[in-house]
Amino acid sequence: MLRRASMLLACRPILAARARPFSTDLPAAPSADATFTEAWTKVIPNMDPPKTPLSFMQPRPPTPSSIPSKLTVNFVLPYASELATKEVDMVIVPATTGQMGVLPGHVATIAELKPGVLSVHEGSEMTKYFISSGFVFIHANSFADIIAVEAVPLDRLDVNLVQKGLAEFTSKLSSATTDLEKAEAQIGIDVHSALNSALTG
Amino acid sequence: MASNAAVPFWRAAGMTYITYSNICANLVRNCLKEPYKTEALSREKVHFSISKWTDGKPEKPTLRSDSPEE
Repeated sequence: MLRRASMLLACRPILAARARPFSTDLPAAPSADATFTEAWTKVIPNMDPPKTPLSFMQPRPPTPSSIPSKLTVNFVLPYASELATKEVDMVIVPATTGQMGVLPGHVATIAELKPGVLSVHEGSEMTKYFISSGFVFIHANSFADIIAVEAVPLDRLDVNLVQKGLAEFTSKLSSATTDLEKAEAQIGIDVHSALNSALTG
Repeated sequence: MASNAAVPFWRAAGMTYITYSNICANLVRNCLKEPYKTEALSREKVHFSISKWTDGKPEKPTLRSDSPEE
């Protein structure tokens, strides 16, 4: 009898898991709030239901069955939107695990970015930005959201300031006492050496 | 589950991700060329007023204007 009970318990979660496939295969999100409109028309049949925030948002494009030819990129900063649903061929992002190339049809990924260069490849042109840090969300439908705190085109960086900063933080690291100071000095060194290699490489 | 696998050095030193990210952004802004540098620094200025409360009443508020290097 106990065996039957444990078998039933084991069967239930498996069924539930199969009924809800991997979240990377989500269907296109609905553009109108069905439950809200039903509840509204039940109570107030004469007036039109008001629009909910969901209807103002663009629905998520569904995952196409064949790999699309272009990657759609949204590159945003806290104060501006650099690229908004721009169709490109490839982007190379500076993830903490190394430079990651993202092509259309890339597997859904969330990656943290380290200070480095983001390059956007469209046809034969390539635009480079230096990113201070951020995240990239790649969705299964070949949409990539790149979120950065600070991103500058490389020609706005001053080489002398970068090298001065690198020297300053290297000396700070050797004179640092507490863990926090050492960490700050190490961050300074990482950022400045990334800036340096971006400008010289 | 791995127990706290390889934390980044800043987290091991007690810093949060937001602090780390803001430090990186400030360092990058400080390396900009001139017209862009002043724009960026002015963009990141914060003005706020703080008032401490004692016994359920606010004291006189102080106006602070932190520039990003603080």
